[in-house]
Amino acid sequence: MNADPAAVREGTHFMNGDAAACEGALAAGARFAAGYPITPSTEIVERFASRVPEVGGLFIQMEDELAASIAIQGMVWAGAKSFTVTSGPGFSLMMEHIGYAAMTETPCVFMDVQRGGPSTGLPTLPAQGDMMQARFGSHGDYQVIALCPNSPQECFELSVKSFNLAERYRLPVMLMMDECVGHMTEKVVVPAAEKIYVEPRRRTAKAPGDYRAYECGPDLVPEMAHAGEGHHLYVTGLTHDKRGYPVMNPATQRELVTRLFDKIKLAKNDLLMVDEDQTEGADVVVVSFGITSRVAERAIQMARAKGMKVGRLRLICVWPFPEDKIAALASRIKAFVVPELNMGQVVLEVERTVAGRCRTISVPHPGGTVHKPEDILAAIERGAR
Amino acid sequence: MLKELRIAGFGGQGVILSSIAVGRAATLYEGNYATMIQSFGPEARGGAASATLILSTDPVLYPYVTRPGILVVMSQEAYTRFTPELTDDGILLVEQDLVHLDNLVAGRRVYGIPATRIAESLGKKMVLNVVMTGFLCAVGKVVGHQACRKAIADLVPARFKELNLEAFEKGYEFGLNLASPNPSPEDVDAALLSLESMD
Amino acid sequence: MSDSDCNLCAIGPANPVESVLRLDRIPTIWCPGCGIGTSVNSFAFALMNSGLDLKKVVIVSGIGCSGRVSGYVDLDAFHTTHGRAIPFATGLKLANPELTVIVYSGDGDLTSIGGNHLIHAARRNVDIKVFCVNNMIYAMTGGQAAATTPGAALSTTTPYGCFEPDLNIPHLVDAAGACYVARWTTYHVKQLERSMGEALKKKGFSFIEILSPCPTYFQRKNNMGDGLAAMEDYKKRSKIRNGAPTGEIAIVPGGDIIVGKFVDRERLDYLALMRQQLGSHYHERGCQTC
Repeated sequence: MNADPAAVREGTHFMNGDAAACEGALAAGARFAAGYPITPSTEIVERFASRVPEVGGLFIQMEDELAASIAIQGMVWAGAKSFTVTSGPGFSLMMEHIGYAAMTETPCVFMDVQRGGPSTGLPTLPAQGDMMQARFGSHGDYQVIALCPNSPQECFELSVKSFNLAERYRLPVMLMMDECVGHMTEKVVVPAAEKIYVEPRRRTAKAPGDYRAYECGPDLVPEMAHAGEGHHLYVTGLTHDKRGYPVMNPATQRELVTRLFDKIKLAKNDLLMVDEDQTEGADVVVVSFGITSRVAERAIQMARAKGMKVGRLRLICVWPFPEDKIAALASRIKAFVVPELNMGQVVLEVERTVAGRCRTISVPHPGGTVHKPEDILAAIERGAR
Repeated sequence: MLKELRIAGFGGQGVILSSIAVGRAATLYEGNYATMIQSFGPEARGGAASATLILSTDPVLYPYVTRPGILVVMSQEAYTRFTPELTDDGILLVEQDLVHLDNLVAGRRVYGIPATRIAESLGKKMVLNVVMTGFLCAVGKVVGHQACRKAIADLVPARFKELNLEAFEKGYEFGLNLASPNPSPEDVDAALLSLESMD
Repeated sequence: MSDSDCNLCAIGPANPVESVLRLDRIPTIWCPGCGIGTSVNSFAFALMNSGLDLKKVVIVSGIGCSGRVSGYVDLDAFHTTHGRAIPFATGLKLANPELTVIVYSGDGDLTSIGGNHLIHAARRNVDIKVFCVNNMIYAMTGGQAAATTPGAALSTTTPYGCFEPDLNIPHLVDAAGACYVARWTTYHVKQLERSMGEALKKKGFSFIEILSPCPTYFQRKNNMGDGLAAMEDYKKRSKIRNGAPTGEIAIVPGGDIIVGKFVDRERLDYLALMRQQLGSHYHERGCQTC
């Protein structure tokens, strides 16, 4: 289905990334949100609080991030599309409910506008230090999807995409922004509503009595029912069987956790979202994401001007990690260069996937600003040798 | 084309609106790229407000401005803090009644405008930022007159639109006269006045 | 639920409340003499007599022995994370106001780890019903002290006796603005049923504290006998004082247990206040997901 025209501000705007992410949520059909103020994410829900009454929804400011991250899940089970926004310290508090959403297969979106950490860190300055937390922050084994926009335009587009993927795969999707992208103002083109695809919820057509909440077909994604429809739902964060009932044994645990992994493995082609350029015949490929990808692009241009053969692989979807893509390139190039605004997180996944087939050069940065293109260029030059 | 600028002043002067107007004019009405970064850092506390803008015919990659070629300052604090960043041949635009040009490095071109007084003469001191924007548009030649005028019209409340457009034109004319080879005698006086106050 | 799944059906006459129970989930995990099941019996009668379309009634619970209630009642049920039943219920109610949303959970879950949510839901006057089983101890984790453990009671984490003052929960939610506040014990099955029925109909944040024995931990650790002894104790010590000021009803070991309906006030609930404040800014639209 397509977006509701009443919620879409079609046109060309000069807008910051936070505002664009909010417009994306509205276009994608989010009518409810819960949040707790934290810089630099708050502008997203400030705008939502102002805009959403126009289309009959609401924003509730909860008492903390624990409350916000579970209130949105109540909203989803009531039939709504919902999301929350936060930054580092709040993201830490939300971890338990990312696990709950993964376990109960609640489609919802967490927007994390990353700032310097650890702890309170740098509230008003950028970093990309929450990438591993997005993937592994909640306890136990589960899968998520994490998208990384590198401009306000992409904040809009990937916000829409986040909601769509959450619905398609029934899991929490992380929109991993950063302070720079969130607070940066650029041109944002919002297409007409009929040009914006909105993934409908995968609701069951089965009658009460026939429906089993966690039974699924070949794509391993169960159909959903909402509270109040007569299905006698039982939804729990405990290990559960196909009816949703708690079952405390290794066989049920194996079946459930394996399926939560496998539904994402099956989707790997759909979730391969990279921006690739001149990797064919390249000696060095720069792997980057989010704001860092723009600085890396400057470095790539500088290296190419010097005659080096450098490719670009920008990860738009970082989790699940595009293992096949990296592995295929690893056997053809001399080195991957991985700049990121953290002390080396996603580079660990590159190294693991490369498995020694080529060199992996990390270009860490503790955050607070972006890399100097010259530092990335120096790493490219080392890789090309 | 690549232009990097910073607009700075104190909170409440409308520094951010000025920056948005210029960025909006460049992107929406001139088909160029613009990246604006509002300063949210610790320096944004204590009443200071500032934003940087990169205007380019190509997509902007590196988002931050470290050496602006054009600096617009509307407060003494902004002048002291940001003037060292200005490129050696950069253009400095000041609200001449609010900024005392001390320790100015030679080589920079300085243009002053009594924007607050002009705004007051229009009946609303608050449009000083729009006067400054007109001035920037004329002297800095960062965006065209029509594009910038349209952007301002988009951004201000309808009931203040005429006032703001008038403020924009006043600033623009003032700047045009300063920047043109044959300025009117009064404007030459004003310009000289502003340059004299450099000592 | 089907009769064939239920091994109890073959044993004796049908239980009068079985129509609102998930018989395929029974027997429960609760110990003999535990009061939670007694409270569920009152709840079941209150539901059946409420006249509500039970399809539109939802139960949400947190973690703990009382948190398991949601799994035994045949409503749409959500067993959430520890302490967070109230914010989940808040989201559910706000996104679909047609639902009657009940939070059924324990004292540790609702007043300690979830205490902040309890205060703010009462303050906002979200139209949810909170039924708090207070057994004065963390039972599921093995008998640790709670914010409700009274006097110098023994628990596994207060082996020399508890020295932290305990919480007067009705006083807390009253101060925060709850519309309906009552306390009963599991001895008061009829009064509890009636009170639950009132709460189900009451618009606004409603709260019932249900004092309940935990023979396995609280009673045993403190030499208070079994479940039956607890009933005799409740019977002897309870005084019904409807409208009692909630500041005067703290539980004192060996003292009177003041029960009754303490608060029944009218306040606009969250959504009504929102609509009133937003006025013409709010535009009714259909659901995008559905």
